Amino acid sequence: MRDVAVIGVGMTKWGELWEQSLRDIYVETALLALDDAGIDRIDSMYVGSMSSGLFVGQEHIASLLADYLGQAPVPATRVETACASGGLAFRLGFMEVACGMSDMVLVSGIEKMTDVGGDAATYALGSAADQEYEGYQGITFPGLYALIARAHMEKYGTTREQLAMVAVKNHANGSKNPLAQFPFEVTVEGVINSVKVADPLRILDCSPITDGAAAAILCSVETARKLGKPIIQIIGSGHATDTIALSQRKDMTWLKATYEAGQQAYTMADKKPEDIDLFEVHDCFTIAEICITEALGIFEKGQGGPAVEKGTTSLTGKIPVNPSGGLKSKGHPVGATGIAQVVEIVKQLRGEAGERQVAEARTGLTQNMGGSGGSSVVHILERK
Amino acid sequence: MSTPSRYWREIPQRYRLEANRCAPCNLTLFPPRLICPECHNRDLEKTRLAERGKLLTYTIIRVPPSQFRDQAPYAVGIVELEDGVRLTGQIVDCGFEDIKIGMPVKTEFRKLYQEGQSGILCYGYKFVPE
Repeated sequence: MRDVAVIGVGMTKWGELWEQSLRDIYVETALLALDDAGIDRIDSMYVGSMSSGLFVGQEHIASLLADYLGQAPVPATRVETACASGGLAFRLGFMEVACGMSDMVLVSGIEKMTDVGGDAATYALGSAADQEYEGYQGITFPGLYALIARAHMEKYGTTREQLAMVAVKNHANGSKNPLAQFPFEVTVEGVINSVKVADPLRILDCSPITDGAAAAILCSVETARKLGKPIIQIIGSGHATDTIALSQRKDMTWLKATYEAGQQAYTMADKKPEDIDLFEVHDCFTIAEICITEALGIFEKGQGGPAVEKGTTSLTGKIPVNPSGGLKSKGHPVGATGIAQVVEIVKQLRGEAGERQVAEARTGLTQNMGGSGGSSVVHILERK
Repeated sequence: MSTPSRYWREIPQRYRLEANRCAPCNLTLFPPRLICPECHNRDLEKTRLAERGKLLTYTIIRVPPSQFRDQAPYAVGIVELEDGVRLTGQIVDCGFEDIKIGMPVKTEFRKLYQEGQSGILCYGYKFVPE
Protein backbone atom coordinates (compact mmCIF):
# COMPACT_ATOMS: atom_id res chain seq x y z
CA MET A 1 0.00 0.00 0.00
CA ARG A 2 1.32 3.46 -0.92
CA ASP A 3 1.50 6.38 1.48
CA VAL A 4 -1.17 8.99 0.72
CA ALA A 5 -1.15 12.75 1.37
CA VAL A 6 -3.72 15.55 1.31
CA ILE A 7 -2.24 18.31 -0.88
CA GLY A 8 -5.18 20.66 -1.29
CA VAL A 9 -8.35 21.62 0.55
CA GLY A 10 -11.29 23.89 -0.21
CA MET A 11 -14.31 25.22 1.63
CA THR A 12 -16.49 28.33 1.20
CA LYS A 13 -18.67 30.19 3.73
CA TRP A 14 -21.51 27.90 4.83
CA GLY A 15 -25.09 28.93 5.54
CA GLU A 16 -28.40 29.45 3.77
CA LEU A 17 -27.04 30.00 0.27
CA TRP A 18 -30.22 31.10 -1.53
CA GLU A 19 -28.43 32.37 -4.63
CA GLN A 20 -26.41 29.20 -5.28
CA SER A 21 -27.52 25.84 -6.65
CA LEU A 22 -26.03 22.47 -5.75
CA ARG A 23 -23.73 22.56 -8.77
CA ASP A 24 -22.67 26.20 -8.15
CA ILE A 25 -21.66 25.44 -4.56
CA TYR A 26 -19.83 22.31 -5.60
CA VAL A 27 -17.77 23.81 -8.43
CA GLU A 28 -16.76 26.88 -6.41
CA THR A 29 -15.55 24.66 -3.55
CA ALA A 30 -13.80 22.04 -5.71
CA LEU A 31 -11.92 24.77 -7.61
CA LEU A 32 -10.58 26.11 -4.31
CA ALA A 33 -9.18 22.65 -3.54
CA LEU A 34 -7.66 22.25 -7.04
CA ASP A 35 -6.07 25.72 -6.77
CA ASP A 36 -4.79 24.97 -3.27
CA ALA A 37 -3.11 21.82 -4.64
CA GLY A 38 -1.88 23.69 -7.72
CA ILE A 39 -3.33 21.15 -10.18
CA ASP A 40 -6.07 21.18 -12.79
CA ARG A 41 -6.47 17.52 -13.76
CA ILE A 42 -7.57 14.58 -11.63
CA ASP A 43 -7.78 10.84 -12.27
CA SER A 44 -10.98 10.18 -10.36
CA MET A 45 -13.47 11.81 -8.00
CA TYR A 46 -15.79 10.87 -5.14
CA VAL A 47 -18.77 12.91 -3.95
CA GLY A 48 -20.38 12.30 -0.55
CA SER A 49 -24.05 13.30 -0.49
CA MET A 50 -26.66 11.96 1.86
CA SER A 51 -29.79 12.81 -0.07
CA SER A 52 -29.54 15.04 -3.14
CA GLY A 53 -32.64 13.15 -4.31
CA LEU A 54 -34.84 14.29 -1.43
CA PHE A 55 -33.23 17.73 -0.97
CA VAL A 56 -33.08 18.88 -4.62
CA GLY A 57 -34.70 16.04 -6.58
CA GLN A 58 -31.43 15.26 -8.33
CA GLU A 59 -29.70 11.89 -8.37
CA HIS A 60 -26.77 10.94 -10.61
CA ILE A 61 -24.87 13.92 -9.21
CA ALA A 62 -21.36 12.46 -9.48
CA SER A 63 -21.47 12.68 -13.30
CA LEU A 64 -23.27 16.03 -13.20
CA LEU A 65 -20.61 17.54 -10.95
CA ALA A 66 -17.70 16.01 -12.90
CA ASP A 67 -19.15 17.63 -16.02
CA TYR A 68 -19.67 21.09 -14.45
CA LEU A 69 -16.18 20.95 -12.95
CA GLY A 70 -14.80 20.36 -16.45
CA GLN A 71 -13.40 16.95 -15.48
CA ALA A 72 -15.60 14.54 -17.48
CA PRO A 73 -14.88 11.82 -18.57
CA VAL A 74 -13.01 10.95 -15.33
CA PRO A 75 -14.77 8.29 -13.24
CA ALA A 76 -16.98 9.94 -10.63
CA THR A 77 -18.66 8.08 -7.75
CA ARG A 78 -21.40 9.22 -5.40
CA VAL A 79 -21.06 7.81 -1.88
CA GLU A 80 -23.88 7.55 0.66
CA THR A 81 -23.85 6.48 4.28
CA ALA A 82 -26.16 9.16 5.70
CA CYS A 83 -24.32 11.96 7.53
CA ALA A 84 -21.01 10.05 7.21
CA SER A 85 -21.10 10.20 3.39
CA GLY A 86 -18.26 12.75 3.20
CA GLY A 87 -16.01 10.78 5.53
CA LEU A 88 -16.60 7.65 3.49
CA ALA A 89 -15.85 9.50 0.21
CA PHE A 90 -12.52 10.48 1.81
CA ARG A 91 -11.78 6.88 2.79
CA LEU A 92 -12.59 5.52 -0.70
CA GLY A 93 -10.35 8.14 -2.32
CA PHE A 94 -7.60 7.22 0.13
CA MET A 95 -7.98 3.52 -0.76
CA GLU A 96 -7.91 4.27 -4.50
CA VAL A 97 -4.65 6.21 -4.25
CA ALA A 98 -3.14 3.79 -1.72
CA CYS A 99 -3.70 0.78 -3.98
CA GLY A 100 -2.22 2.58 -6.98
CA MET A 101 -5.32 2.61 -9.23
CA SER A 102 -5.21 6.44 -9.33
CA ASP A 103 -2.62 9.01 -8.44
CA MET A 104 -4.68 12.20 -8.10
CA VAL A 105 -8.18 12.00 -6.61
CA LEU A 106 -10.68 14.72 -5.71
CA VAL A 107 -12.77 13.78 -2.66
CA SER A 108 -15.67 15.99 -1.67
CA GLY A 109 -18.98 16.25 0.10
CA ILE A 110 -22.01 18.42 -0.52
CA GLU A 111 -25.56 19.01 0.64
CA LYS A 112 -27.96 21.68 -0.60
CA MET A 113 -30.62 21.55 2.12
CA THR A 114 -32.59 24.80 1.83
CA ASP A 115 -34.27 24.18 -1.54
CA VAL A 116 -37.00 22.36 0.44
CA GLY A 117 -39.07 23.53 3.42
CA GLY A 118 -38.72 22.38 7.02
CA ASP A 119 -41.08 19.39 6.76
CA ALA A 120 -39.31 18.01 3.71
CA ALA A 121 -35.89 18.55 5.30
CA THR A 122 -37.06 16.75 8.47
CA TYR A 123 -38.32 13.89 6.31
CA ALA A 124 -35.05 13.63 4.37
CA LEU A 125 -32.94 13.61 7.55
CA GLY A 126 -35.34 11.10 9.13
CA SER A 127 -34.60 8.66 6.34
CA ALA A 128 -31.23 7.99 8.02
CA ALA A 129 -33.18 6.23 10.80
CA ASP A 130 -35.12 2.95 10.45
CA GLN A 131 -38.18 4.26 8.61
CA GLU A 132 -40.37 1.20 9.34
CA TYR A 133 -39.64 0.84 13.07
CA GLU A 134 -38.45 4.26 14.26
CA GLY A 135 -39.89 6.89 11.89
CA TYR A 136 -43.22 5.05 11.76
CA GLN A 137 -43.61 5.50 15.53
CA GLY A 138 -43.20 9.29 15.37
CA ILE A 139 -39.59 9.65 16.47
CA THR A 140 -37.41 12.37 14.90
CA PHE A 141 -33.65 12.69 14.65
CA PRO A 142 -33.35 15.09 17.57
CA GLY A 143 -35.69 12.64 19.32
CA LEU A 144 -33.28 9.73 18.86
CA TYR A 145 -30.39 11.74 20.29
CA ALA A 146 -32.68 12.86 23.12
CA LEU A 147 -33.23 9.16 23.94
CA ILE A 148 -29.44 8.70 24.03
CA ALA A 149 -29.04 11.84 26.18
CA ARG A 150 -31.64 10.72 28.74
CA ALA A 151 -30.06 7.25 28.93
CA HIS A 152 -26.58 8.78 29.38
CA MET A 153 -27.83 11.11 32.11
CA GLU A 154 -29.52 8.20 33.88
CA LYS A 155 -26.52 5.85 33.62
CA TYR A 156 -23.63 8.25 34.26
CA GLY A 157 -25.14 11.33 35.87
CA THR A 158 -24.33 13.57 32.91
CA THR A 159 -26.02 16.92 33.53
CA ARG A 160 -28.17 19.23 31.45
CA GLU A 161 -25.50 21.92 31.98
CA GLN A 162 -22.72 19.67 30.65
CA LEU A 163 -24.70 19.15 27.42
CA ALA A 164 -25.01 22.94 27.11
CA MET A 165 -21.27 23.36 27.67
CA VAL A 166 -20.57 21.43 24.45
CA ALA A 167 -22.57 24.04 22.53
CA VAL A 168 -20.92 26.91 24.42
CA LYS A 169 -17.42 25.55 23.65
CA ASN A 170 -18.12 24.85 19.98
CA HIS A 171 -19.75 28.23 19.38
CA ALA A 172 -16.77 29.92 21.07
CA ASN A 173 -14.49 28.08 18.61
CA GLY A 174 -16.80 28.78 15.68
CA SER A 175 -16.79 32.51 16.47
CA LYS A 176 -13.16 32.37 15.34
CA ASN A 177 -14.03 30.60 12.06
CA PRO A 178 -14.96 33.01 9.23
CA LEU A 179 -16.56 30.15 7.24
CA ALA A 180 -18.95 29.11 10.04
CA GLN A 181 -22.70 29.45 9.53
CA PHE A 182 -23.29 30.69 13.10
CA PRO A 183 -20.05 32.37 14.21
CA PHE A 184 -21.42 33.74 17.48
CA GLU A 185 -21.06 32.77 21.10
CA VAL A 186 -23.81 31.30 23.28
CA THR A 187 -24.12 30.89 27.06
CA VAL A 188 -25.14 27.92 29.20
CA GLU A 189 -28.29 29.84 30.26
CA GLY A 190 -29.02 30.65 26.61
CA VAL A 191 -28.81 26.98 25.61
CA ILE A 192 -30.89 25.56 28.47
CA ASN A 193 -33.59 28.20 27.98
CA SER A 194 -33.77 27.91 24.18
CA VAL A 195 -36.82 26.41 22.47
CA LYS A 196 -37.56 22.76 23.34
CA VAL A 197 -37.17 20.33 20.45
CA ALA A 198 -37.13 16.86 22.05
CA ASP A 199 -36.65 16.84 25.83
CA PRO A 200 -34.02 17.14 27.20
CA LEU A 201 -32.62 18.65 23.97
CA ARG A 202 -33.26 22.29 23.02
CA ILE A 203 -32.72 24.03 19.70
CA LEU A 204 -29.21 25.16 20.72
CA ASP A 205 -28.26 21.51 21.36
CA CYS A 206 -28.89 20.79 17.66
CA SER A 207 -26.76 21.37 14.56
CA PRO A 208 -28.51 23.49 11.92
CA ILE A 209 -29.82 23.02 8.36
CA THR A 210 -27.00 24.20 6.08
CA ASP A 211 -25.99 24.53 2.45
CA GLY A 212 -22.34 23.86 1.79
CA ALA A 213 -19.56 21.74 0.37
CA ALA A 214 -15.97 20.83 1.16
CA ALA A 215 -13.25 19.27 -0.97
CA ALA A 216 -9.76 17.80 -0.71
CA ILE A 217 -7.15 16.55 -3.17
CA LEU A 218 -5.37 13.28 -2.41
CA CYS A 219 -2.24 11.91 -4.08
CA SER A 220 0.66 9.63 -3.25
CA VAL A 221 3.25 11.05 -0.86
CA GLU A 222 5.79 10.51 -3.64
CA THR A 223 3.83 12.78 -6.00
CA ALA A 224 3.26 15.32 -3.22
CA ARG A 225 7.03 15.57 -2.71
CA LYS A 226 7.62 16.05 -6.46
CA LEU A 227 5.07 18.89 -6.40
CA GLY A 228 6.89 20.45 -3.42
CA LYS A 229 3.81 20.33 -1.18
CA PRO A 230 3.83 20.16 2.63
CA ILE A 231 3.16 16.52 3.51
CA ILE A 232 -0.06 15.98 5.46
CA GLN A 233 -0.25 12.19 5.42
CA ILE A 234 -3.28 9.97 6.07
CA ILE A 235 -1.79 7.54 8.57
CA GLY A 236 -4.96 5.82 9.82
CA SER A 237 -8.41 5.00 8.44
CA GLY A 238 -11.35 3.14 9.94
CA HIS A 239 -14.99 2.49 9.01
CA ALA A 240 -17.60 0.44 10.86
CA THR A 241 -21.34 -0.14 11.12
CA ASP A 242 -23.91 -0.76 13.85
CA THR A 243 -27.70 -1.27 13.91
CA ILE A 244 -29.34 1.84 12.45
CA ALA A 245 -32.28 1.40 14.85
CA LEU A 246 -31.17 2.78 18.23
CA SER A 247 -33.45 0.38 20.13
CA GLN A 248 -31.58 -2.66 18.78
CA ARG A 249 -28.30 -1.75 20.50
CA LYS A 250 -27.34 -3.47 23.74
CA ASP A 251 -26.14 -0.16 25.21
CA MET A 252 -27.76 2.99 23.82
CA THR A 253 -25.06 5.22 25.33
CA TRP A 254 -22.20 3.40 23.56
CA LEU A 255 -21.36 4.24 19.94
CA LYS A 256 -19.99 0.87 18.93
CA ALA A 257 -19.37 1.74 15.26
CA THR A 258 -17.33 4.75 16.38
CA TYR A 259 -15.36 2.61 18.82
CA GLU A 260 -14.63 0.02 16.09
CA ALA A 261 -13.69 2.61 13.44
CA GLY A 262 -11.48 4.38 15.98
CA GLN A 263 -9.68 1.16 16.90
CA GLN A 264 -9.02 0.39 13.22
CA ALA A 265 -7.58 3.87 12.64
CA TYR A 266 -5.45 3.86 15.81
CA THR A 267 -4.05 0.42 14.89
CA MET A 268 -3.20 1.41 11.31
CA ALA A 269 -1.56 4.63 12.53
CA ASP A 270 0.12 2.92 15.51
CA LYS A 271 -1.24 5.70 17.74
CA LYS A 272 -3.16 5.93 20.98
CA PRO A 273 -5.77 8.58 21.82
CA GLU A 274 -3.17 10.45 23.92
CA ASP A 275 -0.91 10.80 20.84
CA ILE A 276 -3.53 12.94 19.04
CA ASP A 277 -3.20 16.73 19.33
CA LEU A 278 -6.71 17.68 18.21
CA PHE A 279 -10.02 16.08 17.26
CA GLU A 280 -12.79 17.05 14.84
CA VAL A 281 -15.85 14.96 15.77
CA HIS A 282 -19.49 14.65 14.73
CA ASP A 283 -21.37 16.87 17.22
CA CYS A 284 -24.70 16.78 15.36
CA PHE A 285 -26.21 17.15 18.86
CA THR A 286 -24.40 18.12 22.06
CA ILE A 287 -24.82 14.63 23.54
CA ALA A 288 -23.16 13.13 20.43
CA GLU A 289 -19.84 14.84 21.17
CA ILE A 290 -19.88 13.50 24.74
CA CYS A 291 -20.57 9.92 23.58
CA ILE A 292 -17.99 10.15 20.76
CA THR A 293 -15.18 11.31 23.05
CA GLU A 294 -15.88 8.21 25.15
CA ALA A 295 -16.13 5.81 22.17
CA LEU A 296 -12.83 7.13 20.75
CA GLY A 297 -11.16 6.34 24.06
CA ILE A 298 -10.27 9.97 24.83
CA PHE A 299 -12.19 9.64 28.11
CA GLU A 300 -13.51 6.71 30.12
CA LYS A 301 -17.18 5.78 29.74
CA GLY A 302 -19.29 8.42 31.50
CA GLN A 303 -16.45 10.96 31.69
CA GLY A 304 -17.29 12.89 28.50
CA GLY A 305 -19.58 15.31 30.35
CA PRO A 306 -17.19 16.10 33.24
CA ALA A 307 -14.34 16.59 30.70
CA VAL A 308 -16.29 19.35 28.93
CA GLU A 309 -17.12 20.95 32.28
CA LYS A 310 -13.43 20.99 33.28
CA GLY A 311 -12.49 22.65 29.98
CA THR A 312 -10.31 19.72 28.90
CA THR A 313 -11.77 19.82 25.36
CA SER A 314 -11.76 23.60 24.89
CA LEU A 315 -9.47 25.29 22.35
CA THR A 316 -6.83 26.02 24.99
CA GLY A 317 -7.50 22.82 26.95
CA LYS A 318 -5.33 19.71 27.02
CA ILE A 319 -7.33 17.94 24.28
CA PRO A 320 -9.03 20.39 21.89
CA VAL A 321 -12.22 18.92 20.37
CA ASN A 322 -13.88 20.66 17.42
CA PRO A 323 -11.63 23.73 17.07
CA SER A 324 -13.55 24.55 13.83
CA GLY A 325 -16.75 25.13 15.80
CA GLY A 326 -18.01 21.64 14.96
CA LEU A 327 -21.28 20.89 13.27
CA LYS A 328 -22.96 22.95 15.94
CA SER A 329 -21.54 26.38 14.95
CA LYS A 330 -19.90 25.74 11.57
CA GLY A 331 -23.09 24.16 10.19
CA HIS A 332 -23.99 20.65 9.02
CA PRO A 333 -24.62 20.20 5.28
CA VAL A 334 -24.78 16.50 6.00
CA GLY A 335 -22.78 15.00 3.11
CA ALA A 336 -20.11 17.73 3.34
CA THR A 337 -19.36 17.45 7.05
CA GLY A 338 -16.84 14.58 6.90
CA ILE A 339 -14.69 16.43 4.35
CA ALA A 340 -14.97 19.73 6.23
CA GLN A 341 -13.47 17.99 9.27
CA VAL A 342 -10.47 17.03 7.10
CA VAL A 343 -10.22 20.62 5.82
CA GLU A 344 -9.96 21.86 9.41
CA ILE A 345 -7.34 19.29 10.43
CA VAL A 346 -5.23 20.05 7.34
CA LYS A 347 -5.38 23.80 8.04
CA GLN A 348 -4.46 23.18 11.68
CA LEU A 349 -1.52 20.89 10.78
CA ARG A 350 -0.25 23.44 8.26
CA GLY A 351 -0.51 26.19 10.90
CA GLU A 352 -3.09 28.10 8.83
CA ALA A 353 -6.01 28.10 11.30
CA GLY A 354 -5.67 31.75 12.33
CA GLU A 355 -7.27 32.75 15.64
CA ARG A 356 -8.32 29.17 16.41
CA GLN A 357 -4.88 27.62 15.75
CA VAL A 358 -4.02 24.81 18.17
CA ALA A 359 -0.40 25.29 19.28
CA GLU A 360 2.09 22.74 17.91
CA ALA A 361 -0.59 20.64 16.18
CA ARG A 362 1.09 17.72 14.46
CA THR A 363 -1.44 14.85 14.55
CA GLY A 364 -5.22 15.23 14.17
CA LEU A 365 -8.22 12.89 14.07
CA THR A 366 -11.57 13.18 12.27
CA GLN A 367 -14.71 11.23 13.21
CA ASN A 368 -17.81 11.38 10.99
CA MET A 369 -21.02 9.53 11.90
CA GLY A 370 -24.21 8.49 10.11
CA GLY A 371 -27.70 8.49 11.63
CA SER A 372 -27.87 7.83 15.36
CA GLY A 373 -24.52 6.00 15.10
CA GLY A 374 -25.23 3.25 12.53
CA SER A 375 -22.07 4.14 10.64
CA SER A 376 -18.84 5.86 11.58
CA VAL A 377 -15.67 6.81 9.73
CA VAL A 378 -12.41 7.82 11.45
CA HIS A 379 -9.17 9.19 9.96
CA ILE A 380 -5.87 10.19 11.49
CA LEU A 381 -3.69 12.75 9.69
CA GLU A 382 -0.14 13.74 10.50
CA ARG A 383 2.27 16.43 9.32
CA LYS A 384 5.50 14.81 8.15
CA MET B 1 -47.09 8.57 -0.80
CA SER B 2 -46.21 4.87 -0.96
CA THR B 3 -48.50 2.16 -2.37
CA PRO B 4 -50.54 0.18 0.22
CA SER B 5 -48.24 -2.83 -0.23
CA ARG B 6 -45.52 -1.10 1.77
CA TYR B 7 -48.02 -0.86 4.62
CA TRP B 8 -49.75 -4.25 4.54
CA ARG B 9 -46.55 -6.28 4.32
CA GLU B 10 -45.65 -5.01 7.80
CA ILE B 11 -49.05 -5.93 9.30
CA PRO B 12 -48.04 -9.31 10.81
CA GLN B 13 -45.42 -7.69 13.02
CA ARG B 14 -47.12 -4.34 13.65
CA TYR B 15 -50.63 -5.67 14.40
CA ARG B 16 -49.95 -9.15 15.74
CA LEU B 17 -46.43 -8.56 17.11
CA GLU B 18 -45.09 -11.56 15.19
CA ALA B 19 -41.38 -12.07 15.76
CA ASN B 20 -38.96 -14.90 15.30
CA ARG B 21 -36.60 -16.72 17.56
CA CYS B 22 -33.12 -18.16 17.37
CA ALA B 23 -33.26 -21.18 19.71
CA PRO B 24 -29.45 -21.75 20.00
CA CYS B 25 -28.96 -18.08 21.01
CA ASN B 26 -32.17 -17.94 23.10
CA LEU B 27 -32.81 -14.67 21.27
CA THR B 28 -36.11 -13.16 20.11
CA LEU B 29 -35.73 -11.11 16.93
CA PHE B 30 -38.05 -8.20 16.14
CA PRO B 31 -38.71 -7.14 13.47
CA PRO B 32 -38.42 -10.68 12.09
CA ARG B 33 -35.17 -11.45 10.26
CA LEU B 34 -34.01 -14.15 7.85
CA ILE B 35 -30.74 -14.79 9.67
CA CYS B 36 -29.66 -14.50 13.31
CA PRO B 37 -27.21 -11.58 13.61
CA GLU B 38 -25.35 -13.36 16.43
CA CYS B 39 -24.79 -16.93 15.13
CA HIS B 40 -25.98 -16.75 11.47
CA ASN B 41 -28.55 -19.50 12.11
CA ARG B 42 -31.20 -19.41 9.35
CA ASP B 43 -33.54 -21.95 10.93
CA LEU B 44 -35.58 -19.46 12.94
CA GLU B 45 -38.89 -20.23 14.68
CA LYS B 46 -41.99 -18.04 14.69
CA THR B 47 -43.01 -16.52 17.97
CA ARG B 48 -45.01 -13.62 19.43
CA LEU B 49 -43.57 -10.71 21.37
CA ALA B 50 -44.00 -10.41 25.13
CA GLU B 51 -46.61 -7.77 25.96
CA ARG B 52 -45.03 -6.36 29.08
CA GLY B 53 -41.78 -4.56 29.70
CA LYS B 54 -40.06 -1.61 31.31
CA LEU B 55 -39.12 1.84 30.03
CA LEU B 56 -35.41 2.36 29.34
CA THR B 57 -35.38 5.97 28.08
CA TYR B 58 -37.85 8.54 26.71
CA THR B 59 -38.25 11.96 25.16
CA ILE B 60 -41.06 14.43 24.52
CA ILE B 61 -41.28 15.28 20.82
CA ARG B 62 -42.07 19.00 20.45
CA VAL B 63 -41.17 19.35 16.75
CA PRO B 64 -42.85 16.38 15.03
CA PRO B 65 -42.79 14.96 11.51
CA SER B 66 -45.68 16.43 9.49
CA GLN B 67 -47.94 13.35 9.78
CA PHE B 68 -47.76 13.57 13.61
CA ARG B 69 -48.33 17.34 13.79
CA ASP B 70 -51.82 17.13 15.33
CA GLN B 71 -50.52 14.92 18.18
CA ALA B 72 -47.52 17.00 19.39
CA PRO B 73 -46.22 17.25 21.99
CA TYR B 74 -46.10 13.49 22.60
CA ALA B 75 -43.81 11.07 24.43
CA VAL B 76 -41.70 8.43 22.69
CA GLY B 77 -39.58 5.88 24.51
CA ILE B 78 -37.61 2.67 24.15
CA VAL B 79 -39.01 -0.27 26.11
CA GLU B 80 -37.33 -3.58 26.93
CA LEU B 81 -39.96 -6.34 26.83
CA GLU B 82 -39.84 -9.40 29.09
CA ASP B 83 -38.38 -11.44 26.21
CA GLY B 84 -35.46 -9.00 25.88
CA VAL B 85 -36.69 -7.32 22.69
CA ARG B 86 -36.40 -3.52 22.64
CA LEU B 87 -38.99 -1.41 20.84
CA THR B 88 -39.38 2.28 20.03
CA GLY B 89 -42.89 3.66 20.45
CA GLN B 90 -45.17 6.31 21.90
CA ILE B 91 -46.01 6.33 25.61
CA VAL B 92 -49.68 7.23 26.07
CA ASP B 93 -52.53 7.47 28.61
CA CYS B 94 -50.41 9.33 31.18
CA GLY B 95 -49.06 12.82 31.88
CA PHE B 96 -45.49 13.61 30.87
CA GLU B 97 -44.65 14.16 34.54
CA ASP B 98 -45.69 10.56 35.34
CA ILE B 99 -43.15 9.04 32.95
CA LYS B 100 -40.19 7.52 34.78
CA ILE B 101 -37.28 5.39 33.56
CA GLY B 102 -37.80 1.83 34.77
CA MET B 103 -41.59 2.05 34.98
CA PRO B 104 -43.59 -1.03 33.87
CA VAL B 105 -45.58 -0.70 30.63
CA LYS B 106 -47.59 -2.94 28.32
CA THR B 107 -48.05 -2.73 24.55
CA GLU B 108 -51.50 -1.85 23.17
CA PHE B 109 -52.84 -1.77 19.62
CA ARG B 110 -53.50 1.85 18.63
CA LYS B 111 -53.88 4.19 15.68
CA LEU B 112 -50.56 5.96 15.02
CA TYR B 113 -51.42 8.47 12.25
CA GLN B 114 -53.21 8.79 8.96
CA GLU B 115 -51.77 9.48 5.55
CA GLY B 116 -53.71 12.65 4.71
CA GLN B 117 -57.49 13.01 4.19
CA SER B 118 -57.93 9.95 1.96
CA GLY B 119 -54.87 7.82 2.71
CA ILE B 120 -54.21 4.80 4.89
CA LEU B 121 -55.04 4.81 8.60
CA CYS B 122 -51.81 3.58 10.11
CA TYR B 123 -51.98 1.33 13.17
CA GLY B 124 -49.44 -0.32 15.41
CA TYR B 125 -48.31 -0.63 19.02
CA LYS B 126 -47.99 2.03 21.72
CA PHE B 127 -46.95 1.76 25.36
CA VAL B 128 -49.35 2.23 28.28
CA PRO B 129 -48.15 2.46 31.92
CA GLU B 130 -49.31 -0.41 34.14
